Amino acid sequence: MTASANPLPAIPDPDTRRDLISPRDEEEMRAKLSATWREKSGFYGWLTSTNHKSIAKRYLVTAIIFFILGGLEAGVMRLQLSRPENHFVGPDLYNQIFTMHGSTMMFLFAVPVMEAVGLYLVPLMIGTRNVAFPRMNALGYWMYLFGGVLLYVAFFMNTGPDAGWFAYVPLSGPQYSPGKRVDIWAQMITFTEIAALIGAVELVTTIFKQRAPGMSLNRMPLFVWAELITSFMIIFALPAIVVSSTMLAADRLVDTHFFNPAEGGDAILWQHLFWFFGHPEVYIIFIPALGMVSSVVEAFTQRRIFGYPAMILSMVSTAFLGFGLWVHHMFATPLPQLGQSFFTAASAAISIPSGVQIFCWIATIWGGRPRFSTAFKFIIGFFFLFIIGGLTGVMVASIPYDLQVHDTFFVVAHFHYVLIGGAVFPLWAGFYYWFPKLSGRMLSERAGNWNFWLFFIGMNITFFPMHILGLLGMPRRVYTYLPEMGWGGLNALASFGAVFIVASVCVFLFNVWNSLRRGIPAGDNPWNAPTLEWATTSPPPSYNHLFIPVVEGRDPIWDAAPGELAVVTGLRTDRHEGLITSIMDAIPERRYEFKRETILPFLLAVFGGGTIVIAIFSPWGVTVGAITSFVILAGWFWPTISPDHDTPVSREPL
Amino acid sequence: MMPARPRVPTNPASMLAACIGAALGAGCSGWQSALDPKGPRADAVAKLHWSLVTVATVVYVIVISALIFALWRGYRRPVPDQGHFHQETPEQADTMKRGVIVAVALTVIVMLAFVVTSVSVGSAVARVPGNKPLRIDVVGHQWWWEVKYPDPDTHNNFETANEIHVPVGRPVLIKMTSQDVIHSFWAPNISGKKDLIPGHETVTWFRADSAGVYRGQCAEFCGHEHAKMAFFIVAEPRLEFESWMQKQRGEAPEPPDSLTQAGQKVFLSGPCVMCHTISGTPAAATVGPNLTHLASRRTIAAGTLPNNTGNLAGWILDPQSIKPGVKMPPTQLDPSSLRALLAYLESLK
Repeated sequence: MTASANPLPAIPDPDTRRDLISPRDEEEMRAKLSATWREKSGFYGWLTSTNHKSIAKRYLVTAIIFFILGGLEAGVMRLQLSRPENHFVGPDLYNQIFTMHGSTMMFLFAVPVMEAVGLYLVPLMIGTRNVAFPRMNALGYWMYLFGGVLLYVAFFMNTGPDAGWFAYVPLSGPQYSPGKRVDIWAQMITFTEIAALIGAVELVTTIFKQRAPGMSLNRMPLFVWAELITSFMIIFALPAIVVSSTMLAADRLVDTHFFNPAEGGDAILWQHLFWFFGHPEVYIIFIPALGMVSSVVEAFTQRRIFGYPAMILSMVSTAFLGFGLWVHHMFATPLPQLGQSFFTAASAAISIPSGVQIFCWIATIWGGRPRFSTAFKFIIGFFFLFIIGGLTGVMVASIPYDLQVHDTFFVVAHFHYVLIGGAVFPLWAGFYYWFPKLSGRMLSERAGNWNFWLFFIGMNITFFPMHILGLLGMPRRVYTYLPEMGWGGLNALASFGAVFIVASVCVFLFNVWNSLRRGIPAGDNPWNAPTLEWATTSPPPSYNHLFIPVVEGRDPIWDAAPGELAVVTGLRTDRHEGLITSIMDAIPERRYEFKRETILPFLLAVFGGGTIVIAIFSPWGVTVGAITSFVILAGWFWPTISPDHDTPVSREPL
Repeated sequence: MMPARPRVPTNPASMLAACIGAALGAGCSGWQSALDPKGPRADAVAKLHWSLVTVATVVYVIVISALIFALWRGYRRPVPDQGHFHQETPEQADTMKRGVIVAVALTVIVMLAFVVTSVSVGSAVARVPGNKPLRIDVVGHQWWWEVKYPDPDTHNNFETANEIHVPVGRPVLIKMTSQDVIHSFWAPNISGKKDLIPGHETVTWFRADSAGVYRGQCAEFCGHEHAKMAFFIVAEPRLEFESWMQKQRGEAPEPPDSLTQAGQKVFLSGPCVMCHTISGTPAAATVGPNLTHLASRRTIAAGTLPNNTGNLAGWILDPQSIKPGVKMPPTQLDPSSLRALLAYLESLK
């Protein structure tokens, strides 16, 4: 079809006021976009979908399922430790379970869920119709799903990894972990690192090149900034785990000796490589959560975030510092103390950008009018818990102090306060906040209240006593302990707290299930929030915004007079067309046709993923996989799009 | 017998009370507690702990109070009309800016003080005090500790396992490595931890300032029985320590009677010799712990069971039910051989 078939001008005009477009034109536009962007129905359609919202929702549901599985594993651990010399599970199963818990929560829940929220919201927030590489996005999801399924199938066949989520060599090496357990772990990592890198590349490209006209970098919502910064962290941190897990797999499968001290390899090398990824990983989880906190605080105080530039600089400096902390996991190794001291200083320095953000949020609340609905309660909970985790984090940054509490339950308590307080609570706040957009219905506030209080109380009963247990000498990762150690009481208390957490998650699931069926209809913008995802219907149509909006300030909805949000007209509606804008100022540059839905990502995940699994058992897997993947990729890159899929637009300044 | 240890309350309520007491500053008396220091290294860290906890509590209270104040101040405002949001006057904005800047400045000052304190405590506890330290070598194994007392006169070298005797008041220098995977040496009452890494030699030091038995445990996950890899530091007055050392240097005593002689025969003709050493006998394998003076040790199976006849019998017959995954295989013995073997092992004072 040619551009002339279009009723609207061929060159996007970014200055049309929404209220000047006639309702008839709008109706026509809506019908055309719906027809063009409609997703294919049926199972095949489901497999081929490349719409960012469909894929992000799958990510979200999958991640929540893994969260529940990881939580059940934690429950088994709490049962086992609830009294001394308990025989609920033995060491073999216990070691698998704590490895599964850590690996699940880090690789299959926390990182993917943060990317999922980003993949759902970022295109809506920046006003575009899809992510930059829709087919790659689908591939990322399938890889993530297959990696998770591989891990759990192996676990249910009693081949779950049992060397810890950190898989220290030589314990995870061929000599001390014979069998396939650790290979499963290493390949699950391969799957998830591919998925994470894909998500990161998507988000960086989408954020840099597809923002609505006028949304210059200094007008981008803080959540989008958080996802951008996180994506860069993923791109820089993941290579370390790609390299180290490949070296481990090579040591195990083809008899290399990277980590074998008997043959000149080095066991400490693994720790450097793993933590060079592993510590930034914490911030990869935490920074998107900071973005969520900013979004929720802004909407629920009805005030612009105080200190927007300071917030961005804080997140950026946290991201940089996050790469200079890894040795604080290694204070007990024979590294020179002077060198280690730099990592103490860097770890303490993290508290400065974190402090800046906390103070700015408090100032925002001080200058606003807080509404105590469930989302905001979770934000208040975030402050109460995360600050405890942050303070104990400073304590463990001290070398002599860490040498006492490292690898004890004190550290378990510390990072659960950081990760539950600093990431799960904001995530929950975000869920209550964005669920109406996602589903078109409000979550029940009454159930939300129970969800919040049960979790808040349970979390403290479970994890606070662990600080004391660690100081009383209880190491981590022990499947049992002797009665005369005197740890029984506090462990029983911690296990009791887990009951509240389980109850809270049940309330949450019920709330979601019930609200999906009979929640109050939400309307476009139930919270009177300022960002663009609230400028479209709830749930958003497959093409997101009827017109690409034009942004005139940091809080586009608040900044425009009601109903007068300026919009772009002239984009083609007969194909998946989007607008490419400049990196800094979001000036329209090109019109661009997104790739359409296809089965290829699914096929590549099946065959490429199959390769990764078969490689555990035979090197032939690589050969077969290389050939099949080559054929699929040839189809993938085959030029099928019309020559005008990427054409410049006039570069009139806004 | 189990080592003498502080009385530990057993019911959950009194345990909780004791530990809340500990958290409040009473100091939890435990035989594996970082808050009950018995040497200069642990002592410095325990002091550091209480000062960090104090500062952290103050910071927490201030920040949370500020949050609550902000919530309360905001909550008293009228609810904004739809489509409106709060924006303060320039003066108010200046106040907010000043508040944030002061808070950040205070954070920076507290953090600088923290880093200086931490580094100075760290370098103080890292330095081995001048007077000649006692040297001990420790080798980590899955899942026990090999302990060697090297001497300039190599005839005086001796080995034991899972029990480290040291003289009170004298610094001890420990050189460590691992035979298999990474372990970590940690006796919280005495000192912080140090890893044992295959292919590396690591060094730590400690000094016990009062006589007593302090429990330690492997702190780096090392496989199946990571939970049951404990050891004891037995701090004794110098004379007692010297006499212990004198005894340990000797070979195993000859079996005094026919029962123990039979037991020695069971030991030497059975699978035991494949892994264990008893000096003075042909048994000289180094896979498992050295048993030369087994009967002088407080526990068996790396701090898992008190060293008594019943436990020893159970351990020999079926170690897998006590420490599932342990490298020691079960041993089939008829009752009379078992009795003889036990008598022999218990004669190894």
